[in-house]
Amino acid sequence: MTTIESALKAKPSKPWKTTKRQLVPSVSLLLAAAIATYVIVALTPMKGKLAYALLFFIFSTSFLAALSWSKRGKSAAKDTIAATVMLTGGILVFLPVASLVLTTIVKGSDGFRLQIFSSTMQSTSYSDPLTSGGLLHAIIGTLFLILIATAISLPLSILTALYLTEIKGKASGLIQFLIQAMSGVPSVVAGIFIYAALLLTTDLRGSTIIGALPLAILMIPTVTRTAQEVLLLVPNELREAGLALGATQWKTVATIVVPAARNGLITATILGVARIAGETAPLLFTLGTSDKINWNIFSGGQNALPYYVWSGIIDGTEGGLARAWTGILVLLILVLLLFVSARLFGSRKVK
Amino acid sequence: MTATAASTVSAPDKRRITTKPRTSDVIFRGVLSVMSMSSLLILALIGLFLSLRGFQAFKNEGLGFITNIDWIAGVDGGEDNFGMGAMIVGTLLVSAVAVVIGVPLSVLTALYLTFYAPETIKRSLVTIVDLMASFPSILYGLWGFIVLMPMAEYWAQLLNKYLGWIPLFSVPEPSFSRSPFIAGLVLAIMIIPIVTSVSREIFDQTPLDRIQAAYALGATRWAMIKAVVLPFGASGVVGGAMLGLGRALGETVAVYSVLNIVFKINLEVLYGYGGNVASMIVGKWGEASLSESKALLAAGFVLFIMTLVVNLLANFIVRRTVKTGK
Repeated sequence: MTTIESALKAKPSKPWKTTKRQLVPSVSLLLAAAIATYVIVALTPMKGKLAYALLFFIFSTSFLAALSWSKRGKSAAKDTIAATVMLTGGILVFLPVASLVLTTIVKGSDGFRLQIFSSTMQSTSYSDPLTSGGLLHAIIGTLFLILIATAISLPLSILTALYLTEIKGKASGLIQFLIQAMSGVPSVVAGIFIYAALLLTTDLRGSTIIGALPLAILMIPTVTRTAQEVLLLVPNELREAGLALGATQWKTVATIVVPAARNGLITATILGVARIAGETAPLLFTLGTSDKINWNIFSGGQNALPYYVWSGIIDGTEGGLARAWTGILVLLILVLLLFVSARLFGSRKVK
Repeated sequence: MTATAASTVSAPDKRRITTKPRTSDVIFRGVLSVMSMSSLLILALIGLFLSLRGFQAFKNEGLGFITNIDWIAGVDGGEDNFGMGAMIVGTLLVSAVAVVIGVPLSVLTALYLTFYAPETIKRSLVTIVDLMASFPSILYGLWGFIVLMPMAEYWAQLLNKYLGWIPLFSVPEPSFSRSPFIAGLVLAIMIIPIVTSVSREIFDQTPLDRIQAAYALGATRWAMIKAVVLPFGASGVVGGAMLGLGRALGETVAVYSVLNIVFKINLEVLYGYGGNVASMIVGKWGEASLSESKALLAAGFVLFIMTLVVNLLANFIVRRTVKTGK
């Protein structure tokens, strides 16, 4: 009895797991590498963070490789070197992300105060003190742009995705190919295309709705491809069940397939919005500009968060740059919110 | 028993079986087919409008529009002279720097994520890489200008000091600011997410039996990667790198913030000026006359074709790998 109970209580042993004792040599070698790095930097003319990083990388890699060599021979040493190099690669990728986020928070928090969400740049210039002015107009402009671009691109994208997954018509290959091609269109090309088509030879001027057009072009491939992936995840049995009950294909798609993929389609839309929320280049050609809130989407210039940041950079003064960083911080928060909500919707399984 | 039942109850009329779709389905299919052609329409319109509006420049300059180096807008009815040779060379150079730096890092990261990282670290690292892809390009531009440039200038000086005997790293005078090297670094960081995720997808598809066979023969993890994963994924990685190249070719705002654009061909990556088609369009746009605007649209057409070709080639390579992998 007692033996059974104790056996039940006992944790499964993992004999292959590295014990603390096995870690001792590698940790002490890393320490030795750190010391060696410090000594060499102190004694030779090599200076700076770069020297520390490089020397520590060389020392730790070679020490650890020597350890593996002594234990398990040449191929183990190679394995260790490969592992350290890859880990270093991963860290090198991670560093810029950390720097990007930290810099934005540090530099952006200067001008990040409540008043920027309630005032515009109507009576403030970029170089004025940060206590006046704000980016309410830019936030409203960005929301308008997102709404219009989504309204245009969402139907096109979802219908294209449905064509690719439900009808699988003769043109499927061609359309797949075109969507790939579209995803590579540079944002600046989308912008000047709308300019060439609508503004160059007409009396039209940049406005919210025209600014949203290139964004819609950029959004279509992202939404289509994600929506297509999601629709492919809907089990075929559901479609067959619908058809077997006598529903037409239209009824099956509208009442079974699309509702089943609803969360995924929302994710696709959010990813598309995240793709365009920070686009700057196309807006430079199509948005016009405005210092105040413009509720009219058909005429008059508009502002947007990326455009606001751009203006701050072009302004070039200290105040302009501070405003640009604040604008980026707000933009980054928006993108992060979109990203997290896309994850939340995406993590729910297709029913 | 069944016989009597059958004789009293008459069988229902045979249902007519038809393959003719209902009207609602005809409409449904029609709408989807028409709407799915929107991508064709948009791409065709882009090509059409840019080439049409830029036609004047192509006609006046001929092939010189691509090969000439000077870009001079005639003032007050003076003669225009538009050539984007330096810009095309500059674009290729900056993108090449981005690929040379970004792709190895991406491949290392993808290998680490697929074969080395513990499950917990793996999930958060994948999220970080995805997050990187959604950062706005203007953030990369401003960060590159404020944070990266001072550091990169120092790195460029070191490179020049120790490797200056290689023509690529030599400079005529010590001016390291706003060079193709720095623009390429920013672009390298920007293309890392896409190259990493494509490589990871392809490494993930390495047949498990081959991996296990390598381990069973006593291979270490690195030996397995070298013998199985890399040969299997090589062409996929090439495709991913080309997708990254496509992104790098068309990137505008980030490059504009960190590159000093001069209409002269510069192949010394560390030296402080270079060319870029997309950034040139943005930079020249503000004060362009009508004829210059049209020439810029023509430049946009050239950029459109360049990215289109690179992207389609990349997708072709990636798809072929993924198909043969299965």
